[in-house]
Amino acid sequence: METSFLIEAIAYLAAAMICVPIAKRLGLGSVLGYLAAGVVVGPALLGVIGEEGKDVMHMAEFGVVIMLFLVGLELDPKQFWRMKSLVVGAGAGQVVATAVAVGLLATWAGLSWQAAVATGLAMAMSSTAIVLQSLKEQGLSSTRAGRTSFAVLLFQDVAVIPILAILPLLAPPLAGDGGGAHHGSLVAHLPGWAQTLAVLAAVGVVVVFGRFGVAPLLRLVAGTRLRELFVASSLLIVVAIAYLMSLVEVSAALGTFIAGVVLANSEFRHELESDLEPVKGLLLGLFFMAVGASIDLAVVQTRPGEMIAIVGAILLVKGLVLAAVARSFRLATDQLLLVAVGMSQVGEFAFVLITVAGGKNILPADIVSVLMAVTALSMATTPILMLVLQRVILPRIGTPQKDDREADAIDEHHPVIIAGFGHFGSTVGRLLRANGVEATVLDHNSDTVDLLRRIGFRVYYGDATRLDLLLAAGAEHATLMIIAIDDPEVTIALVETVRKHFPHLRLLVRARHRFHAYELMDHGVENPYREHLDTSIRLGIDALRYLGRRAHSATRAAQAFRRYDEAAMRHLVQHRRNRETYVASVRAAIEEQEQLLKADLSFDHTTTDHAWDAAPLRAAVQRTSPS
Amino acid sequence: MKSVLVLFAHPRLESSRVNIRLLAAARAVANVHICDLYEEYPDFDIDVPREQKRLREHDVLVLHHPIFWYAAPPLVKQWIDLVLEFGWAYGPGGNALDGKQVFQVVTSGGTEEAYQHEGRNKHTISEYLWPFEQTARLCRMDYGEVFVVHGTHQLSANEIEGHANRYQHFLRGLVHGNVIPD
Repeated sequence: METSFLIEAIAYLAAAMICVPIAKRLGLGSVLGYLAAGVVVGPALLGVIGEEGKDVMHMAEFGVVIMLFLVGLELDPKQFWRMKSLVVGAGAGQVVATAVAVGLLATWAGLSWQAAVATGLAMAMSSTAIVLQSLKEQGLSSTRAGRTSFAVLLFQDVAVIPILAILPLLAPPLAGDGGGAHHGSLVAHLPGWAQTLAVLAAVGVVVVFGRFGVAPLLRLVAGTRLRELFVASSLLIVVAIAYLMSLVEVSAALGTFIAGVVLANSEFRHELESDLEPVKGLLLGLFFMAVGASIDLAVVQTRPGEMIAIVGAILLVKGLVLAAVARSFRLATDQLLLVAVGMSQVGEFAFVLITVAGGKNILPADIVSVLMAVTALSMATTPILMLVLQRVILPRIGTPQKDDREADAIDEHHPVIIAGFGHFGSTVGRLLRANGVEATVLDHNSDTVDLLRRIGFRVYYGDATRLDLLLAAGAEHATLMIIAIDDPEVTIALVETVRKHFPHLRLLVRARHRFHAYELMDHGVENPYREHLDTSIRLGIDALRYLGRRAHSATRAAQAFRRYDEAAMRHLVQHRRNRETYVASVRAAIEEQEQLLKADLSFDHTTTDHAWDAAPLRAAVQRTSPS
Repeated sequence: MKSVLVLFAHPRLESSRVNIRLLAAARAVANVHICDLYEEYPDFDIDVPREQKRLREHDVLVLHHPIFWYAAPPLVKQWIDLVLEFGWAYGPGGNALDGKQVFQVVTSGGTEEAYQHEGRNKHTISEYLWPFEQTARLCRMDYGEVFVVHGTHQLSANEIEGHANRYQHFLRGLVHGNVIPD
């Protein structure tokens, strides 16, 4: 018994260790990696995991419960309120329309209406993990496409709760008592109204306990300064609530979600989050592996054409609904496509819903397998579809230049090109413009692009590292190129491109931080502009002034410090180049911080600044004069 | 009663002995307003409209600064260059300062004997300050006597107190319109 458990654990962990990094490397996300690992160790391939998979599943489902607790915890009511029209409008529109459309398709395919409803709701979910990750990676989080996607995902996260509550109602009456294990239920024998009261009472207990009981308890635990005890009590809270809910036959996820919302305003929010995060990650990984192990590959193998057709149909339906929702919120075409394609996959919540629906006999076993496979396959399509969208489609569609302006635009080339027009780039652009210098702007946020075009900027939309875009923007005729892009990697790619193809351009480059500056210097940028340097020094001057230093002396001290810091950076970049490898970058960063802090102690600007100091002169005069 | 504006400039007041006392003495005189130039414009970015408004609101201007290298600290020159605009302070329509009084209060490390035609510096302090006098004249202001503290390196604490009292007395005279010649 003992050893079989260990073997199982080894199989799961080893498969995850192999599959997850590969999936991440391919840009497919960790969820797909876990699924693949599950398929590999499951009965379909290696068969290391057999019937025990069911037990693992029960344990792993707890990961979902914790996830919903964290969703509740992270649900900032203020943010929700600010985005309410977008969240409710776009989110509800997307979920309902998708569920109805998919449900109708499912009915047409011969499913019972209950199964069709469950299928529709499950397929309406998109993958929070995949979408948020890809938005972040592409720097699109703050675009309208990013905000709309976020709003829809937020709604879906919340919608899972009522959906989980509705699902049991869809269960066929015969299988009603076989759906979940209810041997511990306190309310099964009670009449309907009493059951409802019991549920309300349980929710009340959770709310009251969450508001008044948890904080003192956690304060007590925090007082012991034992971190693992805090993790344990966080887990205890979640498990206790889950148990309480199972006593009254309410979904544990619902209970913990409510507890999460109640605790969102407590002082322990961040600690709870950070303590439960790894547990959640591990259990969710386990959950996805268990899902993977339960996918019946035979279904996919025997009917590949059918599978492709279903996946295609789902992607199409989801994409069309999302496009319609985005259109109704007046998104530009390119932003609309980003939303429609980016969120076209079926998400990890679908696994939860399908599993629950399968467990309650709403969905027959073969349909469960098909839907699991469809969900997994649809997730795998997203990175590929996004690549096609960004490389092939968007460059042709995204806010094209008007034709009548193209002609006259060609002969007037601005001497300055600004790549990236966020907070940094726009400040530079405004300063130049206020001084009569017009610049050509490159940006990949179509909202910014539209706005700038309206007020008369010459703007090119798209990926600034593309050679054709740089040529179109007049890089051959410009004299200055200002790179103010947010993403450090893109900045370096652009520096490389410009230095290779337009060596005549003088580069003025924004560096996000010291290490970015090093990299830029390695790429031949002589004087990168560290974005924090001037601001923090200005703040430091004011700090010295508030402490009673003379303003001009503080200013001079800061000027000296700035020179010293630039010199230290040049010195350290040499030092860094001399090292053969720079693998342990975090450790190196700390080491360097230490070096800087130590050196700062010996830096005393007053010992080198003798300006207007009369003391030595006074001493000399007093020595020579006989009086 | 006249309102007096003291334009004070010292790039490193914290290591001065004499001017720090003189400034404190000036602060104690009613109807005297101090503009500490190096404190207000540490990066030389002078707010010209604000300075012009300040000048309009006062009857008497006192330029108070140490002498370094036979001249005023650089911010005084920056202030003159920026604030005394053509068409405002001088030139056609430039009559904003007409008839106002200007006095100069300076400290020097060199002794009074050094600032003589036969002394080490070959010229008197007043002669070194000719550009200021002519600037005032161009703006149709009355340039009065120069208030000097000589030989600051050798002054004892008591002597410094004496000069501070003398300065207070001088400023009170300006406020009451009866300038006592030095």
